[in-house]
Amino acid sequence: MTDLTALTLSEARDGLRKKEFTATELTEAHIGAIDNANGTLNAYVLPTPDHALAQAKASDARLAKGDARPLEGLPLGNKDLFCTNGIRTTACSKILDHFKPAYESTVGGNLWNAGAVMLGKLNNDEFAMGSSNETSAFGPVVSPWRRKGADTKLVPGGSSGGSSAAVAANLCLAATATDTGGSIRQPAALTGTVGIKPTYGRCSRWGIVAFASSLDQAGPIAKTVRDAAIMLTSMASYDAKDSTSVNVPVPDYETGLTSGVKGLRIGVPKEYRVAGMSAEIDALWQKGIAILKDAGATIHDISLPHTKYALPAYYIVAPAEASSNLARYDGVRYGLRVNGKDVIETYENTRAAGFGHEVRKRILVGTYVLSAGYYDAYYLKAQKVRTLIKQDFDEAWDKVDVVLTPTTPSPAFGFGEKTGDPIAMYLEDIFTVTVNMAGLPGISVPAGLSSEGTPLGLQLIGKPFDEATLFRTAQAIETAAGRFTAPDAWWLAGAAKKGKS
Amino acid sequence: MQVDEATVRRIARLARIKITDSEAQSLQKELSGILDWVKQLDEVDTKSVEPMTRVVAQDLERRPDEVTDGEIAATVVANAPVTEDNFFVVPKVVE
Repeated sequence: MTDLTALTLSEARDGLRKKEFTATELTEAHIGAIDNANGTLNAYVLPTPDHALAQAKASDARLAKGDARPLEGLPLGNKDLFCTNGIRTTACSKILDHFKPAYESTVGGNLWNAGAVMLGKLNNDEFAMGSSNETSAFGPVVSPWRRKGADTKLVPGGSSGGSSAAVAANLCLAATATDTGGSIRQPAALTGTVGIKPTYGRCSRWGIVAFASSLDQAGPIAKTVRDAAIMLTSMASYDAKDSTSVNVPVPDYETGLTSGVKGLRIGVPKEYRVAGMSAEIDALWQKGIAILKDAGATIHDISLPHTKYALPAYYIVAPAEASSNLARYDGVRYGLRVNGKDVIETYENTRAAGFGHEVRKRILVGTYVLSAGYYDAYYLKAQKVRTLIKQDFDEAWDKVDVVLTPTTPSPAFGFGEKTGDPIAMYLEDIFTVTVNMAGLPGISVPAGLSSEGTPLGLQLIGKPFDEATLFRTAQAIETAAGRFTAPDAWWLAGAAKKGKS
Repeated sequence: MQVDEATVRRIARLARIKITDSEAQSLQKELSGILDWVKQLDEVDTKSVEPMTRVVAQDLERRPDEVTDGEIAATVVANAPVTEDNFFVVPKVVE
């Protein structure tokens, strides 16, 4: 039998319906792949094979009756930021310890109600704060990609590094992810996968561990544009339990996916040509422009003048909101407790022991910018700059339908290469963070390889709630550029040698 | 340098995070680095700009003020490190 884990989500869906294999076989194949690979890649922090097989069995019963739901029997990975009913959820932080939620996130519930199977909880940067998955309390994730002729371990991006690595290494058909400043799109770009951050309000935030509430959005990481469209169709919904959820109909994003981009107006913002951008990223951008032009779109130079201020404004807004959200981890109601001589010292000891360095640093920055006397100078200033960033896009939408940029300023990097300089790590999000600040949808689609043989992504930014146009534009790029998969499954070799196969 | 060591200690106290002496020194450098970097926002003229309060303009939904959940005290405290009779237990607050 062919390797079932190599299928795309849509191929697996069609195969199940044609009864070429069962949901149990499909799930067992993925459980086997996780067993082989996870010791090397560390993509899953908690595989849940028994849970998955029980769900697969129920799916097989429905498939046999011809009663399949949209994602019936399709095995997915779930980022450990999503609360799972009765299954440990940690946000990859020590402070949540062995927290077992008594509820399911709305997005997760939507997927399981659509018939999907959960293979386990995926690694991420602690509380989604990072761009390389190196801040996880469970240790870093290794990318299935390597530079040509080298075995240096590369990062899979972050914060959804477990999601991107698992999808790229065929350890799930697709995965949930979250994006506060680029945490879906940047890891997708670094692993040759497709990731979309929908419009703020499109997916419910209920039951997702909060980082920065005005920026956080859930979305999928998948193998193809079609797979991402199928995933988002099920993930998105209006939810009365999230007051920022927007009550607009969710289209079937798979419909119209291949209707092309003829006549579509593509904007190319000059401000994204940043100093120090590598020649190959520029070449990739030109390739994207040429692809869309050939497909019948028109290309327009546009200006988004406040782009350079998005990242510094983000590093005020996001830590401020994080310091407030993370105040709940006090060692009283859930998670870790380190006792002190009184209740204040118990809080202080618990939070010092439970939070990792990056998280502590961001809480302190957030506390500082919100403290008496500094609020106007920092937080209010950043929120005003945010208004200007959004206005830049509002003006652009008069002239264009979609904005095209690179997703990241450089290809995947090695462990530790950017941890010494926090600003260098923050610059990973320079092209993605504007989209969160303005609440817009953005998708990253693989478009080429670097000179090192590692994947590079292009980002498409759309009008609010116009994810459908992003999908068909991304499809045009994927159709022309092809898919990019890691050239050899080296991460399985070690396990096979040990005779685990 | 934007923040001194005393400020770092004050902020850490406000954030309820215990820090050691050597951490206070390294955090002073790290926080100053970030705060110096974000100060570039001062270049932007925002005199007549309203601060953003939400990215999608919409009024908050209202719901009837009624009880929809409850009587699940055991579930609420299930993850607590220390409980007694469905209460959270903390070190003594009042002498």
